[in-house]
Amino acid sequence: MNREIPRVRLPEPISAADFDYVRSLVREKTAVALDETKVYLVNARLLPIARNAGIRSVVDLIRHLRSHPLGELHTQAVEAIVTTETSFFRDFIPFEALRQEVIPEIMEGRTGSDRSLTIWSAGCSSGQEPYSIAMMLRESFPELSTWRTRLFASDVSKGMLERSKSGTYSQTEVNRGLPARMMVKYFRQQGSTWRINREIRDMVSFIHHNLARDILSLPPVDILAMRNVLIYFDVETKRMVLDRIRRHLKPGGFLMLGTAETTLNLDERFQRVRVGRAVFYRAMTAEAR
Amino acid sequence: MMANPNIGPFALEPNEKRRTPMRALVIDDSRAMRSILRGILASIDFEVIEAADGRQAIDILSTDHDFNIALVDWNLPITSGLQVVTEIRRDPHLAGLPLLMVTTETEFERVAQALQAGADEYIMKPFDREMLLDKLAILGIPVEAAKA
Repeated sequence: MNREIPRVRLPEPISAADFDYVRSLVREKTAVALDETKVYLVNARLLPIARNAGIRSVVDLIRHLRSHPLGELHTQAVEAIVTTETSFFRDFIPFEALRQEVIPEIMEGRTGSDRSLTIWSAGCSSGQEPYSIAMMLRESFPELSTWRTRLFASDVSKGMLERSKSGTYSQTEVNRGLPARMMVKYFRQQGSTWRINREIRDMVSFIHHNLARDILSLPPVDILAMRNVLIYFDVETKRMVLDRIRRHLKPGGFLMLGTAETTLNLDERFQRVRVGRAVFYRAMTAEAR
Repeated sequence: MMANPNIGPFALEPNEKRRTPMRALVIDDSRAMRSILRGILASIDFEVIEAADGRQAIDILSTDHDFNIALVDWNLPITSGLQVVTEIRRDPHLAGLPLLMVTTETEFERVAQALQAGADEYIMKPFDREMLLDKLAILGIPVEAAKA
């Protein structure tokens, strides 16, 4: 008996031309450089966008994007591709170094009327990093309540910024890296999601900003967290971004990068320093250079 | 009784009670869950002892205090996980034992109740290996090598 084997329809693979189009679009909008190994990522990130738009497949979505003038769907596609995963207190060690050494050192150096602390989380994605810093400040430095403390967080994705501002996280997200004691203290459950308290939300100012394109007006920054952002840029863009952000840092200010990132061989005006078990890059003063 | 204040990511000193190999007591009535936890813990060089209910766990802990962590399910036969936590916290020999609740209870009140009873950390099911390792790191257990 001849039984017909049910045919599974495999999704059409993304052609080289389609991938090149997506790559240029992403590069043009964000300066993020996608290499050929990122085809899987493009596929995975664009699938939900296609579904939401009622488009049958990723390939059809790309064809649609190619044949239409730049619009909302292009923005959504680019943002979905460049969004990075993050978690509360990611990697722990840098946060420990901030709490135990970096912030106390900065605070000790401030006397008289200069009692201000400015922190910028660049490429904040869904907001866990700035909120982790905010919770840590509230938890460990109550004396900052009498200081001028400013906490900025920026991202290239407007969608991610809206999410960050709402401070709403899934059970999976609060289950990852967030100490339960902080969850109970700073979050409220709303159905299946958890929302960070207004007290912490109000500590963070969210800004839409493209690190590779836009000039940003900020007060000089003591600590700049830009973790797992540089890895997406080519060397030339890395240099340009480092040069720009260095100008935002106070002399001696601290730059936090991701574990796979460095300023070495890119910008010699940063000094690599070990703080506890973490590594920071300090903006050198003109004299020190 | 309050949980051990000297553990967690914001502790002044890391948890010093370390030895090689580290030992974990896994308290869960589900054999499958015990096996998952054993697998993850063994991968970071833990020796794992299992208990299938609260009473058995208390019995083990009455004679063997040499654990670096206990992972406690909430819904256990005979003695609930919350009672186990309460009893452990009453025993001065076990005062420094880090306690991690591993449970399907996901209500805010439950988390607060567990911490109030003396649990040090809380992880909601379902979870993955990374999430569990993060919770162990919060408790001062070295896991970086395993995560790298």
